[in-house]
Amino acid sequence: MKFQDEFRDRALVQNMAANIYHMAERLQSPVNFMEVCGTHTMSIYQYGIRSLLPENVRLVSGPGCPVCVTPIGYVDKALASAADLRNIIATFGDMLRVPGSNSSLMEMRAGGADIRIVYSPLDAVALAQNNPERRVVFLGVGFETTAPTIAASILHAVQLNLNNYCVLTAHKTMPVPMDILTGDPELNIRGYLCPAHVSTVIGGNAYKPLVEKYKIPCVVTGFEPADVMQGIEMLLAQILRSESRVEIQYSRAVSWEGNPKAQAILNQVFVPCNAVWRGLGMLPGSGLAIRKEYASFDAERVLELDVPEAFENPACRCGEVLKGKLSPFDCPLFAGACTPETAVGACMVSSEGTCAAAYKYGR
Amino acid sequence: MNNDLILLGHGSGGRLSHQLLDELIIPVISGVAPAAQNDAALLESASGRLAFTTDSFVVDPVFFPGGTIGSLAVHGTVNDLAMMGARPLWLSVGLIIEEGFSKADLRIILEDMRKAADGAGVAIVTGDTKVVPRGKADKIFITTSGIGAVEHTLPIHGANARPGDVIVINGTLGDHGIAVMAGREGLEVGTEIQSDSAALNGLVADLLAELGPALHLLRDPTRGGVATTIKEIATQSAVDITLHEEELPINPAVRGVCAILGLDPLFVANEGKLLAFVSPEAVDTALAVMRKHPLGMNAAAIGVVENGTAGRVQMETVIGGMRAVDMLSGEQLPRIC
Repeated sequence: MKFQDEFRDRALVQNMAANIYHMAERLQSPVNFMEVCGTHTMSIYQYGIRSLLPENVRLVSGPGCPVCVTPIGYVDKALASAADLRNIIATFGDMLRVPGSNSSLMEMRAGGADIRIVYSPLDAVALAQNNPERRVVFLGVGFETTAPTIAASILHAVQLNLNNYCVLTAHKTMPVPMDILTGDPELNIRGYLCPAHVSTVIGGNAYKPLVEKYKIPCVVTGFEPADVMQGIEMLLAQILRSESRVEIQYSRAVSWEGNPKAQAILNQVFVPCNAVWRGLGMLPGSGLAIRKEYASFDAERVLELDVPEAFENPACRCGEVLKGKLSPFDCPLFAGACTPETAVGACMVSSEGTCAAAYKYGR
Repeated sequence: MNNDLILLGHGSGGRLSHQLLDELIIPVISGVAPAAQNDAALLESASGRLAFTTDSFVVDPVFFPGGTIGSLAVHGTVNDLAMMGARPLWLSVGLIIEEGFSKADLRIILEDMRKAADGAGVAIVTGDTKVVPRGKADKIFITTSGIGAVEHTLPIHGANARPGDVIVINGTLGDHGIAVMAGREGLEVGTEIQSDSAALNGLVADLLAELGPALHLLRDPTRGGVATTIKEIATQSAVDITLHEEELPINPAVRGVCAILGLDPLFVANEGKLLAFVSPEAVDTALAVMRKHPLGMNAAAIGVVENGTAGRVQMETVIGGMRAVDMLSGEQLPRIC
């Protein structure tokens, strides 16, 4: 398939692997590179990329799965809105199995709640149009890739004059958590494979402040195996030359400025806010709230969602997994008490979760 | 009164039931004269071992590119018999119909069943029809049971995979699952993808005849896809298995839809595919037999059985990396970003 097979070429990837081995011989000490995008995590496991790398080049998965970093309190709010049977809950499939304090959307659906999987927020708007007597609550979870499409759905609902569509938002934005993680001496991250889809929107320039502050190499990298391998090569090359700058490996999709149209729509509807990340806590300016002008589409304001304080299983160590401090295989719950069927934490059930990838491809 | 719809009375056992059976179901599905109706079908007893299986079909939508719930219900049960190396002989059909279902649609489904049964050389010899109130079922559910004659003495079963065996598949992965999903979700991509739903007993008969004892195991990778089936076999036979991603035949359109939706074709359902575990020296024959058959043109050898006993399944990826393969967990869900 065009633009896919070219980047899955065995000879090409094997060459890159040989080159990475060669470069790694010149490293003084092992290096940790972090990927902060769930699709990278999945790709790395799916293609067995770790098995092609020398021991002193380690890949660490970061908080790149939007579902996984969503706090349990948000899931509880989604469950509370689903419990009101006048509502239709529209969601991407990933949220379905994520455990809240007491239940999950999948369990609520089995119990009779009206929960629909959609592939696009515009499908949720169509649901609202087709069910004028019901309220459609869309679960807006995602990074800058998803946020513009959800902003567009709200603008579309305005155009249609809909008063039965709203969004429960838990949007997060990317560079902020990377700042926190880079400063963590325990993690000792020496370079970032920066997210591909997110960067199509925010552009390569978004990582420049991080590079200036920490002198850490950043390479915006695509998802295919040859992309990931080349991203690793580029990071190693920077380290060996004692450089630190932003480079764009994924230049077929990402520019330095990003996508101004998507940014404009995003900024028209959303405003930056403080946000709680699972595992990382409250990070200032790392979330997106719906602007006051669009308050009638903000589920937080429209629905009276009074949920008790979230209960998190004390044995769950998703937080450390999300920070890259704990490998899924070292979590005492992994593949025992916590499986995709009996998940304790979201990392095990989101299709981009580190534990889900490790469970599916890594054992 | 609307004469085009199925009513609760059509399942009452009374006059309407008889009318539906005599005018629509029996003539279309079996070709048997209504007068021959009895409480049970009488069958000439076959000597030797019989294979017996049952399966229920609740596919949504009932019409999908490449088939209907009717043909699927016949193929599914015929294939389960064929995977034991049995020659399918007789089927039963249980219909559960939702009140208000269109008679015209029912006719299309029944005609499709008949066509599928004729194609597979199997007779539908008995059946039952129930109608449930609107909302108590989704359009139509079909249960088929089947009996087949086992005319070989080979140990073809799930625990018979042996180290050294090569795994051969008769064609592309994931067509059925993606065709149904495209139909159900109204996707604007992948609309050209057809289900692979087909009866495999003809192909199995050819394989049995040509391979004999070199044929160790047959399994159709339906729900959960090839990955789940291979993992089941590895566990059941207590062997390790390595798959080669590069060798997996996948229709480019299926690959495209899977890439967009974040699905893995290895876990997507098939309804006209079989995995044959054959002795290494018989691989070329197996591939030749398959490629000669209309249902095996894209046949490929996709993996080997290793010496281990842990039930581990690994895949050598297209780029030469290694990764584990496990059963499908829950349902495959489309991704978020």
